[in-house]
Amino acid sequence: MTATAAPGFVGQRVRRKEDARLVRGAGRFVADITVPGALHAAILRSPFAYAGITRLDVSPALAVPGVEAAFSGADLAGRVGAFIEGARREITPSLLEQVDLEVKSCPLPVLPVDEVLWFGQPVAVVVARDRYAAEDGLEAVEVDYDPRTALPDAESALADGAPVLHPELRDNVAARLFISSGDVDAAFAAAPHVLRERFTFGRHAANAMETRSVQASYDAGRNELTVWITNPRPHLIRLNLSQMLGLPLENVRVLAPDIGGSFGTGLFAEDALIPFLALALGRPVRWTEDRQESLAMTRHARDQVHDLELAYDDEGRILALRDRFLVDAGAYNAYAVTVSYNTAAHLRGQYGIDTFSIEGLNVVTTKAPVAPVRGAGRPEAVFALDRAFDLIAVDRGLDPAEIRRRNLIRPDEMPRAMGMPYRDGKEMVYDSGDFPAQLEQALEAFGYDELRAQQAAWRAEGRLVGVGISSYVEGSGFGPFEGAVVRLDQQGNVHVVTGAKPHGQGLETTLAQVCADEFGVPFDRVTVTTGDTALIQYGIGTFASRSAVTAGTAVGVAAGRLRTKVLAVAAELLEASPADLELTTDGVAARDVGRGVSYEEIHAAAAPGPRNRTPEGLAPGLEEQYYFVPPTVTFASGTHVASVEVDVETGFVRVLRYLTVDDCGQMLNPMIVEGQIQGGVAHGIGTALFEEALYDEDCQLLTGSYMDYLLPTADEVPPIEVGHQVFLSDLNPFGIKGCGEGGAVSPPAAIANAVVDALRPLHINVNRVPLRPEALLDLIRQAKAATIGGQKEGEG
Amino acid sequence: MAARELVLRVNGVEHRGAAEPRVTLADFLRDGLGLTGTHLGCEHGVCGACTILLDGRSVRSCLMLAVQAEGHDLTTVEGLASPDGALHPIQEAFSEKHGLQCGFCTPGFLMSVHELLAHDPAPDEAEIRSWLSGNICRCTGYQNIVEAVQYAAVLQREADR
Repeated sequence: MTATAAPGFVGQRVRRKEDARLVRGAGRFVADITVPGALHAAILRSPFAYAGITRLDVSPALAVPGVEAAFSGADLAGRVGAFIEGARREITPSLLEQVDLEVKSCPLPVLPVDEVLWFGQPVAVVVARDRYAAEDGLEAVEVDYDPRTALPDAESALADGAPVLHPELRDNVAARLFISSGDVDAAFAAAPHVLRERFTFGRHAANAMETRSVQASYDAGRNELTVWITNPRPHLIRLNLSQMLGLPLENVRVLAPDIGGSFGTGLFAEDALIPFLALALGRPVRWTEDRQESLAMTRHARDQVHDLELAYDDEGRILALRDRFLVDAGAYNAYAVTVSYNTAAHLRGQYGIDTFSIEGLNVVTTKAPVAPVRGAGRPEAVFALDRAFDLIAVDRGLDPAEIRRRNLIRPDEMPRAMGMPYRDGKEMVYDSGDFPAQLEQALEAFGYDELRAQQAAWRAEGRLVGVGISSYVEGSGFGPFEGAVVRLDQQGNVHVVTGAKPHGQGLETTLAQVCADEFGVPFDRVTVTTGDTALIQYGIGTFASRSAVTAGTAVGVAAGRLRTKVLAVAAELLEASPADLELTTDGVAARDVGRGVSYEEIHAAAAPGPRNRTPEGLAPGLEEQYYFVPPTVTFASGTHVASVEVDVETGFVRVLRYLTVDDCGQMLNPMIVEGQIQGGVAHGIGTALFEEALYDEDCQLLTGSYMDYLLPTADEVPPIEVGHQVFLSDLNPFGIKGCGEGGAVSPPAAIANAVVDALRPLHINVNRVPLRPEALLDLIRQAKAATIGGQKEGEG
Repeated sequence: MAARELVLRVNGVEHRGAAEPRVTLADFLRDGLGLTGTHLGCEHGVCGACTILLDGRSVRSCLMLAVQAEGHDLTTVEGLASPDGALHPIQEAFSEKHGLQCGFCTPGFLMSVHELLAHDPAPDEAEIRSWLSGNICRCTGYQNIVEAVQYAAVLQREADR
């Protein structure tokens, strides 16, 4: 037997396990799976934002060749229950005790019966032998609508006399939060300076490259439903389907195979509609969203307006903060205060502002419902605060770097309590980090001072180049738990199952690295399976930059316990002490003795039965299960520096350089961490400059194709320079913090600050993103007009 | 609508099938031939996920009808690796440089890069970025894809030596 060297895979740039199938086109996304005999569904969607349905007849569709069935909302009544309002129900009692919070109930229907509330809302479904025939069937469905006046934004929905969209809400405010600490009014009254500014963050859409797919098969003889779905929360889907369709939980199996991005969570009508059809028809049914459907309603996000006030002293030190913000939640506020609480919790970022009051309202309108998307409320908060900092810097005659130095939380304050609870109800504490050092590292690496020195020369040449800074913190590794089952087979391979469900983050690789180290086998001996509710009883899934923290810890602990058990069984067989044993590629060997037992022999001894040799007190079997319950979130952080060049003729902003320094604690695989950050920054550049889900005043969608909704390409995204700090988290045994979302949080702020800096001679203010070229051109024209007007006034 | 018989070569193998004239080439490859490595991201010719090679030139298989491919020679992502399973240098490079995350857009990128390197065996970064601007990736930020293309070019030149 050959002893294996200590593996030490954690922290290495290990090549990903997932790639072997994905580069061959052998990944299995839901649309790649066909259950034999599956019918295809196509969905009729509302062409109006807000209208009564006065007549709906699906029966003409049945005459279309190939069509097998058609259903309207009326056909579903009494047969499909409502979605569970998970985000509302998950609010902890301790949070409700500490914070002024109101969340009203208003569940999303699968199909509406008498009115539609957004453009693209599902209205009816046709099932046919193939998608082409199903879409033919949609043309035959007859619907009469009575259009009403749309509510295109939160302010119009709050206006006196606005129609109440959901009578059960009593008004159009679906949720409200208010959090405050210290005597805010007194601080403002006493402050020498106050900044008041409105910041608007436009509507974004997640745009995963794989659109959503659902496929369902019902076995009537066994009363078992199997569902394949593009969703990073398969256990949550299972719970919903069990309740909505009235099936025992364990009779519903939800599989989430490879997922092509997601960048957010969400429950959608089709998640329940397609399984319902499989039950109702006794035939497998499949549906894949097309891009037009996706752009109309899948994971819209952001859409916030902040009225922010900052009180500050002569030196630019912030004395108090007051913010009131509106979230345009769209037609249903399905995520309670998930996003708005994130916004409130992350608004002060890396800065030590202890006197504050924050009020957030989630307002329903006649647009697609919003969902938590990469950053989930943080980009909006960071944009508002970091823009405000730059405005104050101008007022005080300070460099943007200097005003930050004066307000950053110092390392000697860590761990730093932030005067409010986090969303889990636990005290919000920044657990570790050194924000000033992070800023200096970023500025140094960027060559900030050199760029400032060069800037004047560029301006003289007519080049408008600017630099912008932004920083963030991110509560990562949100609970309540994640689990793992780790198993050893007869050949010495270790198999991991987790309830976490990646959608591109490389979790099969990073969890295998943790497992390899904690169990003590080579990395290529470990396989990781995700996305199958039949394999692990509980699972949460992917959001809140949580999987490496929560599932990583669960896998590490379970693998370590399995190792202990394997050694205990081997010790029994070898009549040795476990401390004298070591794992090898073939089995377990007694050090210095030359004796050993194979994994096959250990397995035989661990199996239940008369030959079982498992030591007293240990259950048979070579399997360990562990659920990690994090005490609360752990705070990752980052500082971004961007330089841009503005073309004043076209309004186009080119990002010249983009640099990040992050702290995500122990990196399991730096290659994957850097990929997450680079991808997040690219997402953030799109958010800052190009991407917006736009509606007209009637709430007709204007961005229904990729000709109108612009995603950044390789031409628009510069190389992204990534640096790190490492402050291990104390909140899990491996010191991990999350890194999946941070990259997307700061770019809107950093780029907006850089654009303003580039256009400093014009004194423009950017208080809205995305800063699409036409919007920037407007600002430039206004600034030039004001300058000319000002000169004339001066001359007069 | 009546299906029409068609014959085409895919990855060196002749396939006979039938498709209604309105069926896209992408749907025919996926549903008719079971070649699900070609992915559909937008079905309107922007995202590039469905890119395949037709007689060596890249095409968007969502914008072509299957019947238009009659008699042509197609290559899909399934045709890149050697029959013995060894990865093509472009596939190898994408994995080595972490040029993919979720992997959904990857087949389209691999096929576009295949055409690029056939046309220029040593492209510079600007050329790579410009060439790839017809493929959208939401995960990577493109940087590792650019590095993967440069590395693929090196691997391919070494293999050709």
